[in-house]
Amino acid sequence: MQRVGVFVCHCGSNIAATVDVKKVAEMALMEPGVVHAEDYQYMCSEAGQAKIAEAIKEKQLTGIVVCSCSPRMHETTFRKAAERAGLNPYMVEIANIREHCSWIHKDMEEATKKAVILMRAAVAKVNLNTPLQPGESRVTKRALIIGGGIAGIQTALDIADAGYEVDIVEKTPSIGGRMSQLDKTFPTLDCSACILTPKMVEAAAHEKIKIYTYSEVEKVSGFVGDFTVDIRKKARSVDMDKCTGCGVCQEKCPSKKAPSEFNRGLNTRSAIYTPFAQAIPNVPVIDRENCIKFKTGKCGVCAKVCQAGAIDYEQKDEIITEKYGAIVVATGFDVIKLDNYDEYAYSQSKDVITSLELERIMNAAGPTKGHLERLSDGKAPKEMVFIQCVGSRCADDRGKSYCSKICCMYTAKHAMLIRDKYPDVNVTVFYIDVRTPGKNFDEFYRRAVEQYGVHYIKGQVGKVIPQPNGKLLVQGSDLLDNRQILKEADMVVLAAAIEPNPDVRKIATMLTASIDTNNFLTEAHAKLRPVESPTAGIFLSGVCQGPKDIPETVAQAGAAAVKAIGLLAKDKLMTNPCTAKPDELLCNGCSTCANVCPYGAITYEEKEVNDHGIRETRRLAMVNSALCQGCGACTVACPSGAMDLQGFSNRQIIAEVDAICR
Amino acid sequence: MSIESKEEFRPKIVAFCCNWCSYAGADLAGSSRLAYPADVKIIRVPCSCRVNPMFILRAFEKGADGVILCGCHPGDCHYSTGNYYARRRMTLLFSMLDYIGVENGRTRVEWVSAAEGVKFSTTMNEFVEKIHSLGKNVRLGDLRCRK
Amino acid sequence: MQEIINRAKELLANKTVARVLGWKAGDLPYNPEPAYFETEESLKDFVYNGFCGANLSKYMIEASKMEGKTMVCLKPCDTYSFNQLIKEHRVDREKAYIVGVGCKGKLDIEKIRKQGIKGIQSIKGAELTDDAEVLNMETLYGEKICDWKDAMLERCHVCKGKEHQIYDELIGESKDTKDADRFDEVKRIEAMSPEEKFAFFQKELSKCIRCNACRNVCPACSCRKCVFDSNKFDSSQKANADSFEEKMFHIIRAFHVAGRCTDCGECSRVCPQGIPLHLFNRKFIKDIDELYGEYQAGADTTSLAPLTSYTFEDAEPGIVGERG
Repeated sequence: MQRVGVFVCHCGSNIAATVDVKKVAEMALMEPGVVHAEDYQYMCSEAGQAKIAEAIKEKQLTGIVVCSCSPRMHETTFRKAAERAGLNPYMVEIANIREHCSWIHKDMEEATKKAVILMRAAVAKVNLNTPLQPGESRVTKRALIIGGGIAGIQTALDIADAGYEVDIVEKTPSIGGRMSQLDKTFPTLDCSACILTPKMVEAAAHEKIKIYTYSEVEKVSGFVGDFTVDIRKKARSVDMDKCTGCGVCQEKCPSKKAPSEFNRGLNTRSAIYTPFAQAIPNVPVIDRENCIKFKTGKCGVCAKVCQAGAIDYEQKDEIITEKYGAIVVATGFDVIKLDNYDEYAYSQSKDVITSLELERIMNAAGPTKGHLERLSDGKAPKEMVFIQCVGSRCADDRGKSYCSKICCMYTAKHAMLIRDKYPDVNVTVFYIDVRTPGKNFDEFYRRAVEQYGVHYIKGQVGKVIPQPNGKLLVQGSDLLDNRQILKEADMVVLAAAIEPNPDVRKIATMLTASIDTNNFLTEAHAKLRPVESPTAGIFLSGVCQGPKDIPETVAQAGAAAVKAIGLLAKDKLMTNPCTAKPDELLCNGCSTCANVCPYGAITYEEKEVNDHGIRETRRLAMVNSALCQGCGACTVACPSGAMDLQGFSNRQIIAEVDAICR
Repeated sequence: MSIESKEEFRPKIVAFCCNWCSYAGADLAGSSRLAYPADVKIIRVPCSCRVNPMFILRAFEKGADGVILCGCHPGDCHYSTGNYYARRRMTLLFSMLDYIGVENGRTRVEWVSAAEGVKFSTTMNEFVEKIHSLGKNVRLGDLRCRK
Repeated sequence: MQEIINRAKELLANKTVARVLGWKAGDLPYNPEPAYFETEESLKDFVYNGFCGANLSKYMIEASKMEGKTMVCLKPCDTYSFNQLIKEHRVDREKAYIVGVGCKGKLDIEKIRKQGIKGIQSIKGAELTDDAEVLNMETLYGEKICDWKDAMLERCHVCKGKEHQIYDELIGESKDTKDADRFDEVKRIEAMSPEEKFAFFQKELSKCIRCNACRNVCPACSCRKCVFDSNKFDSSQKANADSFEEKMFHIIRAFHVAGRCTDCGECSRVCPQGIPLHLFNRKFIKDIDELYGEYQAGADTTSLAPLTSYTFEDAEPGIVGERG
């Protein structure tokens, strides 16, 4: 029989104003096993913890129940207090009489009755608790960064500078990400490439950083501190060690019809290509779907012209298996598909473009060499219309419910740059609201309006109608003047919503990291742990967590790095002892439990058992407690009840049920 | 049942809540002071997949009038797949209870995230109301084998 | 039958198998019982006739632990159970020499009795070699006849087919005896009002004497120690008048075998109180088929069971109320 102590917290008046705490303590003394009960104003305070410690020692308590706030708040506090007093920390149970009782009930009698029942359930459970010992697991001192955009690069640099090994896995042939596609950046208008490229070079040159481009994460197993990851290095068809990056192969390649991903499909590229001139690594890949050699077996021009002999048509995908202590997700974003927005004629007219496409058009290395021109006829536009919130802040399921956050600022940037370079072009912006919270942001927007004469109209565009003369008729409304507007434009630019990279769903599943309805990764706490995933050892960097601009992304990347470094700096981690445990004599060896285990923690062994005198070799389930995360799926799958969960055992839960229904 | 006795009826309701989403959702309902009847008592489990149908039957057998299971939304399970198993198990169990004539309103599954304090409270209010309309659970207690 | 005996003798003689698992005659003409035969001599007691309904798959759990191979006689529907046991690592395929025996439907003495035929002394026509569609019985009250069809076990009216799912060799012809839909009865109950449903099951379950015959015969209930016999769930308080298991036994048992039950019908066949226990299992099978796609436990040895798999789009539990 346990010797249980019950400690009822007033939480100032948070609990005591609605629950008769003295009564709860009094009633506790009538429960089986309870030898001590008291109430105190703040159990979590130092004095409160001292009371618990004192009672544990004086009354030789073997278990305690604290009736207080949610265990999510102070379970750890009370476990530590118990441990300091010599009690196993897992002999502590919390009855949540604040969040689940005093805060939601008004009637004192009713709330007290409920608090007593919650106390009883906790006492019934603690009577069946057994001391548990956390295990230890080692930490592999290497981090994996998934995604090689500015977020991934910054996180990698910060972790590497702290002295830890970092691997970056990037899906495309080069690191750089979205930022490398941008022309200028707000609010300073410095050239994106000029500030990004040095960071890319630094990452590539860093002795602690290894970069896997044209690679994807294929499989993740393990847990915090000890992840095992399979990385698929896709066949580049070019030997990275031999290639000198001279570029002759790309020049001579006869297949030049593939749409350039980097230029958003506005022009084409060769089948063997590097996405852009500053690509890192500066080693091309062969796009096998568009390569004549791969399609027909004939050609082989690139191999012929390559002085270094780097072309390797036989190259195969390679799987690299590596261990990591921490994983940072930095998978970034893409702009949404505009299939649901036919009214803007995006698919009908070449002169209706997205803002990201405009970035490429404005860029000197882009499809028009930086000249602002209509893609339909190459003519310089005179009237440009920008439409904001295309798919952002959308009330129905056509678009996204959230604000994409960056569009107001980049549109101001685009408008300003156009007015600066082409003063004869009229720029009109249709907006719902202009949102400019950020350092120097509002000043920037006001410059666009006041200094550059950009015409802002509050109102949405209903329709864009391509005209026979090649112009675009924009039908919108001016909400401030309360009038309809019909405007002929030469080009229309859509501020399309951004969304997390679609691959993130797959990655989140592999990492068992949770994800919200918009595919943004969820933080462990929205305010207090914004760069950690609820899954231990997984950190979030950049837009994969929510819309952000570049400075915010870089700041968050650094924060994610610090959290990862904090983990990598530890030699060992304590593991959760609330893991599944099979009863050898009851196990059928039927494999049902292993089939539902998400962590592959269950294996089978042929083992000799002594079942009440019968000695035989049986197939038995074994749980790797370092892998088991304690979900309990196996315990229900097990028909004989052989598999049980420590800390949440069948009998413990049934005892709680019985206490509540008593 | 007379109106008077209906007023006296205080149902016993057991709510199993997963630690990561729904228990936190219940905490949020608490810290947001979103009231629901005191008849609901929450049992914390690591995951909805920890809930054995035997726990639910046990509750009914011991006099519960309603049992509700709350977990993370499908796709958001902290253990990635737990609620998918729970969903199948509970669907089959509830169907069986319905089949043997136990009102299916006495059992419910609701996915409540840590951010859905309002949903938690609304769900509990609805569920308690439903149990009130069904009255005391006598059936499961009377479905027995002889010895 | 003779063909099976001859083959059994050969297999024993050439040491392919150490024993034969089949049926021997009981004390009455209609109750043959499962038996092991270890010598050619002992095979004189071997019988195989229309009353050999017993599914021998489950005996192979024990036989798998014995020295040498066992020749086991399995009817087509028994082989589903055997596959399921392989899948759950409960039997050793290498320890079994499976003789798929022919089956043209098995007989239910209760069905015969229900026709008012009592005091049976001998039955002609139950042998499988006999093509007769009619059973001729000598009873204390004179000669009686009964159509084979009318005497068939419920499960044979919803026969899963004449194909053996796993075997080493086949002896004898089988016949598909299906002439009813196996879910008809489940549908009939589903259509009842909650009150009628409850009354129906209360009446049936009140007959239960907790003899555990259903559990002991069930090839899916193959646990070394049943959860009702262990203290893992505080569910074994035999002395307690209103203890947990007494009320929930059949629901829990059906849930434990959900997705694993091959619908072999043994539970109903052996129930001394005549409770139609298969109606629990079939309800689960019907739900699984409708909600998660058709699934026949034991049709193979590798597929994931319905309760150990899922899809993202699975129905929500609320569907139970919605479909009424």
